[in-house]
Amino acid sequence: MKEDTEMKHYDKLIFELSRPGRKGYELPADRFETDGMKEIPAGLLRNEPLDLPEVSELDVVRHYTNLSNKNFGVDTGFYPLGSCTMKYNPKINEEVAMMPQFAAIHPLQDPDTAQGALELYYNLQHALSSLAGLAEFTLNPYAGAHGELTGLMVMRRYHESRGDSKRTKVIVPDSAHGTNPASAMVAGLEVVEVKSRPNGSIDIEDLKPLLDDTIAGIMMTNPNTLGMFETEILDIAKLVHEAGGLLYYDGANLNPMLGKVRPGDMGFDIMHINLHKTFSTPHGGGGPGSGPVGVAEHLRQFLPNPRVCKTEDGRFHVEFDDESLGSVSTFLGNFGVMMKAYAYILSLGKKGIRNVGPMATLNANYIKENLKDDYLLPIEGVCKHEFVFDGLKDKSTGVTTLNVAKRLLDYGFHAPTIYFPLLFHESMMIEPTETESLETLDEFIDVLHKVAKEARENPDAVKDAPLTTAVRHLDETGAAKKPILTYKALKADTEA
Amino acid sequence: MSKILDDIRYADSHEWVKLEGDIATVGITDYAQHALGDIVYVDMPEVGDEVTKGEEFGAVESVKAASDLISPISGEVVEINEALEDEPGLVNQDAFANWIMKVKINDAADIDDLLDAAAYAKICEE
Amino acid sequence: MSNKFIPHTEADIKKMLDKIGVSSVDDLYSDVPEEVIFREEYDIPEAMTEIELRKHFEELGKKNQALTVFAGGGAYDHYSPAAVAHLLQRSEFYTAYTPYQPEISQGTLQYIFEYQSMISELTGMEATNASMYDGATATAEAMFMMVASVRKRNRVILSETLTEAVIRVVKTYAKYHGITVTVVPAKDGVSDQEAILKEMEAGDVAGVIVPCPNRWGIVEDFTGFADRIHALKGFLAINADPSALAVLRTPAEWGADIACGDGQTLGMPLQFGGPYLGYMSCSKTMLRKMPGRVVGATKDIDGKRGYVLTLQAREQHIRREKATSNICSNQSLMALYATIYLALMGKQGLKEVNTLSCDGAHYLYNRLIATGLFQPAFPGKPFLKEFTLRTEIDMDKVNKALLEKGIMGPLTPEKGLVEFAVTEKRTREEIDALVETIIAAK
Repeated sequence: MKEDTEMKHYDKLIFELSRPGRKGYELPADRFETDGMKEIPAGLLRNEPLDLPEVSELDVVRHYTNLSNKNFGVDTGFYPLGSCTMKYNPKINEEVAMMPQFAAIHPLQDPDTAQGALELYYNLQHALSSLAGLAEFTLNPYAGAHGELTGLMVMRRYHESRGDSKRTKVIVPDSAHGTNPASAMVAGLEVVEVKSRPNGSIDIEDLKPLLDDTIAGIMMTNPNTLGMFETEILDIAKLVHEAGGLLYYDGANLNPMLGKVRPGDMGFDIMHINLHKTFSTPHGGGGPGSGPVGVAEHLRQFLPNPRVCKTEDGRFHVEFDDESLGSVSTFLGNFGVMMKAYAYILSLGKKGIRNVGPMATLNANYIKENLKDDYLLPIEGVCKHEFVFDGLKDKSTGVTTLNVAKRLLDYGFHAPTIYFPLLFHESMMIEPTETESLETLDEFIDVLHKVAKEARENPDAVKDAPLTTAVRHLDETGAAKKPILTYKALKADTEA
Repeated sequence: MSKILDDIRYADSHEWVKLEGDIATVGITDYAQHALGDIVYVDMPEVGDEVTKGEEFGAVESVKAASDLISPISGEVVEINEALEDEPGLVNQDAFANWIMKVKINDAADIDDLLDAAAYAKICEE
Repeated sequence: MSNKFIPHTEADIKKMLDKIGVSSVDDLYSDVPEEVIFREEYDIPEAMTEIELRKHFEELGKKNQALTVFAGGGAYDHYSPAAVAHLLQRSEFYTAYTPYQPEISQGTLQYIFEYQSMISELTGMEATNASMYDGATATAEAMFMMVASVRKRNRVILSETLTEAVIRVVKTYAKYHGITVTVVPAKDGVSDQEAILKEMEAGDVAGVIVPCPNRWGIVEDFTGFADRIHALKGFLAINADPSALAVLRTPAEWGADIACGDGQTLGMPLQFGGPYLGYMSCSKTMLRKMPGRVVGATKDIDGKRGYVLTLQAREQHIRREKATSNICSNQSLMALYATIYLALMGKQGLKEVNTLSCDGAHYLYNRLIATGLFQPAFPGKPFLKEFTLRTEIDMDKVNKALLEKGIMGPLTPEKGLVEFAVTEKRTREEIDALVETIIAAK
């Protein structure tokens, strides 16, 4: 175990390995007699020294390998982070995405020389349309929140095209993901909150009076943030449509629906999909993701530019449409991520993909039923892909959700999403995904039972957690009061 | 139990006001700083800005929360507490001594409908 | 139910259903209205094995043509050391998510800290965020930041010399958010600084955005420009190629308040347009308005150095509709790419990348002018690795001939203009072949 400990405790910065004159690269010798830099006036050149590290290739490889050892990913262990869908990332996806026949293609090269990339792009658009029950998808948006923004722009562009300028508000449930109201703000829409019932579902009676001619639409997830299916969705859709609004589906919770229910069939007009959630592309430590946006037939023309189209002769090309909302990306989006999602869809196929949602739902309900003796389940009943506990059932010893989360790290699990949704004080949101086996779920259940027992019998041990990680309680207050954001600032701070 | 001073007025959004002549000194209450926890940043207006009673004039941030500051009076900002730029934690140490802004008010009647200490204490208890 | 990615055996399913107290998996969906349950077939292919999948991708790949690239336009064919792609395959990095639990995410947090340090070093600015989507959206966010940092000024000026895609995206964001954008036409291929300052006299302008180098490859001179903008109470943002900042005057040296742009030039694969990397740096005074995640150094309870997400109260998960941006997922793994690339290249390597590219570009420029078929589009204007010429020859024909030789010729931004880019990967032989082919095909 000693080696493991040493690796975990590696704490140098790459800058601290630097030695003047050391090199980690090799470039060709100058092959031109021209000295191009001489043609640029001195006043346009950099004067400041450039303090980048000077390190060897082995230094770099060891440094970042050691850093990786201080990380926890899906490949390390169970990662039940609610609303993030941390499913397994198949390795074939990674392999195909690195193929040089795709990696070396310039985004502006003649479409005749990029037909394979365009075909893949087109096929993925088409597959997502079929899986979501919508007419067409753009793959341009880079992430879920970017998809939300793009989708809301579609909504606004639609009303604008009808000359309806009064619709400046969007309804967002109070339980929504934080990105929903933030995306609405960026899209220039005013947020109107609709209250949730205790089970997190939208209160139709609260919704009705909000639906006037200033409402552009509503943003929803289904299942909602508590993992519960909105059973009245068809009524909600009818009401919103009758009031002239559109329905936006936040695809963050799409996973349990995959194979069972299509957002388009529930009445949604616009949606985004997080390829890094539902379609197994890696989360990359925070990105890159991909947030394709799908729309119903009557909104097709408003999707962003550029778009990939197919002509009658079977060729693919890139188009700019005047009716479009505009552009939200430099080129066609995170193509490398799309390659992985496409590989995943093909690996599962039309039948295999039908098991994704049901097995994710089965896993979540299994954990919920096993743990509701020790953890407070505020909403009874069948959940979908995730559910929320409101902390420990027995709170008498003062052990909080945060303590439980940190204790889980000691036992080798990633923590669930905590303190979201805001509907409860001690929220603990668990999403296991379909790729986890019964044995993993049982281990997780055992550990959470054990933590509950510790909380009753030896609460201080839980409150002190984590005890075994590379670093322990970090001073976040100090970090925010006096931000040290660069090596330069850190060095100055240490010297002072 | 949070500290409440007797000789000043309060807004139910947890700001306090002390009026001296036509200059109102504004800060957040001890109750508010307790509720927020360690304050890491105070977003203050600029001198010369107009603030409006009932509208936002800044924000107070802790590590994982942010709270808007609502102006209890209307007028022009004449001074801000620059000490809070480097040491926002002063508000935690003494929320009444460490005011946020001074405002030249347009109408002294602005403070009439604000709460007195007893009424504010009642709100804090709820 | 079981397949490679779904491990449930029939026995597992039965055991789990029993615990839940329902008799079938369908019962878990009994709350879903019958009419929305999808019972038809999806219009996607049957499952493929890995053998079939590889073959399918190979067949698609054959329909692409990897070319010798002499074009840029926002994506450049730079060299990347083997170790970068290798380290990026460490799945402890790529299968993690946002470092919400710092105790088991120090790997991600530390590389972001190193990334912030390196980008700040390049831009000369004090703060850098953990990444944005791409250069264009980072520029749109810079616009928001400038507008959010002043009161009652709701207009932003863009120089026409910014890349077309950047202008397109910024205009889209502005339109829906409700910001007025004025694009000030270029003068002799560079930003018309006097015209921009004149626009600012109206008093409603929050800031100005200019490029470095610009859409035609020109390195613009912004001497004194920032001071004059600041005197009019506006901000200056520079959209800069971060690789070029190893040799070009930095946004901080020009006096800019924000630097933003696309990190693709830091050795990232062309990959048909993404994933790339948006970056954003700013001065300390604008830090609180900067969107996105930021990592700070701190200590743990035992006094050990560690890193955390900081200044989170600005972000959407806390401030919701009052956040400065809606960004959540970013391009973190590409920030790791940039970090490892910059560590390997170091201060000397990144300079050499630029001098080699610049030498090659000037060699090509001289050869093309010498043919008599091309004239400088903007005489006397300095350039680094990309330049624009004027020509009368039929470029459609020429570019087709180049494609036949496996060469991606110049972009043709408008009729009569051609834009070439040369990186350190292009050899003298490749450049000579390009020129000969053009002469033969014209």
